[in-house]
Amino acid sequence: MGESTESPAAISELLETGLREVEASQTAGPLDEVRVRYLGKKGLLTQQLKSLGALPAEQRPQAGQAINRAKKALQESIDARKQSLQEAALDAGIAAAAVDVTLPGRGQMRAGPHPVNRTMGRMEEIFRRAGFAVYSGPEIEDEFHNFEALNIPEQHPARAMHDTFYFPSGHLLRTHTSPVQIRAMRDDGVPIRMIAPGRVYRCDSDQTHTPMFHQVEGLVVDEGISFANLKAVLHGFLETFFERRVELRFRPSYFPFTEPSAEVDVSWGEGWLEVLGCGMVHPRVLEHVGVDSERYTGYAFGMGVERLAMLRYGVDDLRLFFDNDLRFLKQFC
Amino acid sequence: MKFSESWLREWVDPQMDTESLVHELTMAGLEVDSVEPVADRFSKVVVGEVTACAPHPDAEKLTLCRVSAGTGDELQIVCGAPNVHAGMKSPVALIGARLPGDFKIRKAKLRGVESQGMLCSEKELGLGEGADGIMELSGDAPTGTDVREYLRLDDSVIDIDLTPNRGDCFSVLGIARETAVMSRLDLSWPSLAAVVPATDDDFPIEVRAPSACPRFCGRVVRGIDPSATTPQWMREKLRRSGLRPIHPVVDVTNLVMMELGQPLHGFDLEQLHEGIIVRFAKPGESLTLLDGRVVELEEDMLVIADHSGARALAGIMGGENTGVTEATVDVFFEGAFFSPEVISGRARRLGLHTDASLRFERGVDPEGQRRAIERATQLLTEIAGGQPGPLREVASESDLPRRVPVTLRRQRLAAVMGATVEDQEVERVLAALGMETDSTDSGWTIDPPSWRFDIAIEEDLIEEIARVHGYDSIPETPERGDVVFRPVTETRVPENRIPQCLMERGYQEVVTYSFVDTRVQSALFPSVSAISLDNPISSEMADMRVSLWPGLLGVLRQNLSRQQDRVRVFESGLRFELEEGAIRQVPTLAGLIAGPRYAEGWSANPDSCDYFDLKGDLEALFSHTGQAHEFRFEAAEHAALHPGQSARVLRGEIEAGWAGAVHPRKLSSIGINIPVYLFELTSDIAFSSIIPEHREISRYPAVRRDIAVLVDERIPSELLVKESYAGGGPLLREVRIFDVYRGDRIDSGLKSIALGLILQETSRTLTDGEVDDIVSAVISRLERNLKARIRD
Repeated sequence: MGESTESPAAISELLETGLREVEASQTAGPLDEVRVRYLGKKGLLTQQLKSLGALPAEQRPQAGQAINRAKKALQESIDARKQSLQEAALDAGIAAAAVDVTLPGRGQMRAGPHPVNRTMGRMEEIFRRAGFAVYSGPEIEDEFHNFEALNIPEQHPARAMHDTFYFPSGHLLRTHTSPVQIRAMRDDGVPIRMIAPGRVYRCDSDQTHTPMFHQVEGLVVDEGISFANLKAVLHGFLETFFERRVELRFRPSYFPFTEPSAEVDVSWGEGWLEVLGCGMVHPRVLEHVGVDSERYTGYAFGMGVERLAMLRYGVDDLRLFFDNDLRFLKQFC
Repeated sequence: MKFSESWLREWVDPQMDTESLVHELTMAGLEVDSVEPVADRFSKVVVGEVTACAPHPDAEKLTLCRVSAGTGDELQIVCGAPNVHAGMKSPVALIGARLPGDFKIRKAKLRGVESQGMLCSEKELGLGEGADGIMELSGDAPTGTDVREYLRLDDSVIDIDLTPNRGDCFSVLGIARETAVMSRLDLSWPSLAAVVPATDDDFPIEVRAPSACPRFCGRVVRGIDPSATTPQWMREKLRRSGLRPIHPVVDVTNLVMMELGQPLHGFDLEQLHEGIIVRFAKPGESLTLLDGRVVELEEDMLVIADHSGARALAGIMGGENTGVTEATVDVFFEGAFFSPEVISGRARRLGLHTDASLRFERGVDPEGQRRAIERATQLLTEIAGGQPGPLREVASESDLPRRVPVTLRRQRLAAVMGATVEDQEVERVLAALGMETDSTDSGWTIDPPSWRFDIAIEEDLIEEIARVHGYDSIPETPERGDVVFRPVTETRVPENRIPQCLMERGYQEVVTYSFVDTRVQSALFPSVSAISLDNPISSEMADMRVSLWPGLLGVLRQNLSRQQDRVRVFESGLRFELEEGAIRQVPTLAGLIAGPRYAEGWSANPDSCDYFDLKGDLEALFSHTGQAHEFRFEAAEHAALHPGQSARVLRGEIEAGWAGAVHPRKLSSIGINIPVYLFELTSDIAFSSIIPEHREISRYPAVRRDIAVLVDERIPSELLVKESYAGGGPLLREVRIFDVYRGDRIDSGLKSIALGLILQETSRTLTDGEVDDIVSAVISRLERNLKARIRD
């Protein structure tokens, strides 16, 4: 062949054959072979063009057009086929990459805070937002800061009620976070608005007492601070903490470092539950840290963190907090 | 403080039920701990009189009794109690009676003999613990009367948890005063007329320690009837106050103490020699107490002595040899005011906690001694007859508590309360509390009554007004104040971020006790001296922790035993060190991992975690400081750690903590058999931070060249990196270790480390020549300093 130019019918047949081969190509390789066979430099259709010169001049334009039409048609078919093969390949890849989306994810699972610290953190946040600074202090304390400066002198009956852990040196484990008040006022003076969260210790262990527990102590000293302010702060705190309306009941009580003193009950179901102790800072406590008790007044309060955590999360046994059973702790993510 | 509601109502009887009364008391600051009925439910139990007793024909321990119970014919009752005797009165449960525990009394035959009811013990009626015999009622108890009515059993025992400042409420009188104030009623006092002495019999009293005993009252009562018994009403009052009837003299002193708050003591006068001496104990002196205990007295203990020696521990407990007995006919009543400071602490030191010491420690009314002795004399002579002598008193006025007038300013009252109380109301409250009040321009001057020794300063009065007027009446007023800014430092990692980071990496936070088992701690830290508690709860909680590790290992062990095989936990808190005698309380963060690296899963690596998991977590923590490059891990030995997997963590040159595998021997000694990895950091060192400072980033491409070097396997990789930086100069931006190989393809004793060198200049693109020069410099430095060979 080659030397002779086929008739228009033959070209058309050549095209038909080519188109069939295009359709028969299942992948990119054979498809390209078809392209080379018909449209390459030495391709069947390309050759036809080259042999146009053998035709009489008057036939050449018509034959040339026919060949070019055939080439164009075949090229379009190849392009379309290529496109469709690519799409099919992509679809196949996509289909093959399907995963079971319900299988669990991969990697390190996170864990959470201890419920007592979760609660204490929440208490801190609430007070911080209300303008209280957070202080901390030593847990091994001396008698002065834990007792004397808080108006609990040596022979005071309240000392016996504190069930204190002592060290041979005469130091002790703080029985409340109130000594932090003393340190804070001495270091930073007044006015002051502070809380002191932390661990405290009492030499007592049974169903409802653990020898270590946590307290958040609060102190506000400024000019013109009154019991009415204390009531407002505690009500505000407890409603924020429990995220609902609660009623409070202030019962007269006694703490050596406050006067007047009160214990506070919160409405709970049908009855009342005691949640904290509070009062107006005793003038002798202010005098111990060199604050003019005529000019300044203040209030203080102390709450048990475990108590609030138990109420908030429905924990019914205090001892669970220090058992550190991961199955218990993981509930407080 | 326990007492019966009916006793209180003898003094003041507000028109309210028990529940409201209890509420009023609680809201007055007298917190009611419990309210219990004085007797369980029972019915058809009457006063019976045993008219005759005969032995049971067939049972040695049973008695046949004829009992008159006001039911017409005498009843025949079989009784097993050893104390039953003809002539006694006792409660009889009739046929058809219901006793506590839903126990029904039916006609029964006991060893062949019919029993028409049951004589009852205290316990069977739910009145007390007495089960040794049947309950003996007073001889004048009217036969046939319902026992509930006769003993007034439809009554409640109220138990009040008194605060330490209200010593004045340790009596029915004290509680009645408060009740009267709250309910706006007056007290009805029992008749307390002074007893007219029948003789001028006297017993000398000498007080050698007047400041310790500013007032001492005494009275002789001669010739009481030793066979007299305590009447039922008194026994019941005592029982309902938690006291057991003992002897008429003791019962009378106890009753007066419960009623008026003044502890009294009744001596057997015959056992006292020559006269009373109130003095401090002498060195080496000892005393046998009423309970039979012998105590070695100390020189700060006050005693009631006679001329032969100490006879009673003043204000705490009487002595055995001078107490009243069934043979006592002559009595000496003592009623004193002891200074609280002299009593306080002594009883506890001796391990004694008596009703008397409790009251004296809290303070009794310094004016109440005469009244109490008059009352006791009156009651004793009613019960047991006897001839009272004159009431003698030795008092040192200057040593008695001084009643100092207290000023109350109207303006201060309003300022502290945050509420205004009308003058009239203030005066009403003060008067009701027994305060003598004078008006002044700015307020009042107040003389508190003798029993309110807790009233010394203005705040004490403010509390009284607020309390009686009602805390409820004080409004809630939000504070106003200046807007104050407090320092917020950026030179420390914010507090929450470190625990958050650990939690995100799978560490559960735990809280363990700050005191730990001495044995466990000293095994892990044999050379560290811990601070020990004087009075630990147990040996497992005896030493303050020198590290958080003992607590974390305890948590691990507990959880492994509960089938938790994968544990990642951390704790933050103080550790306690002794440094040259000084206590250091160091904020510390510690963590523990054990078990598989990941929770089991379809695509999770099932390997056990190792040192590098722990280290990776620490590196993540350190990145929070912005100065991760300052931290180094240096191989070092630690008693608790595996010698080949133990690192001291340094920040610069300062020790920031430790990390490593727990020593296998230590593990097996505490019963753990899987590898465990621990870290502990001193928070102040590890988590100080810097304020980030911006540096320009390069717009030109970085170039990476990889090299592999063979070095002695003992050379730490950290050194290789450090030497590379030193050799590469400032354009070597980063050195990455991307492979470590030990094995067949290289000589033993060597390791191959592959380093990726990243080079970059900020102002231009580096040329190939420059890059080659830098890499050569790195290689020659490694060759020179570490004997490294380049591996092809």
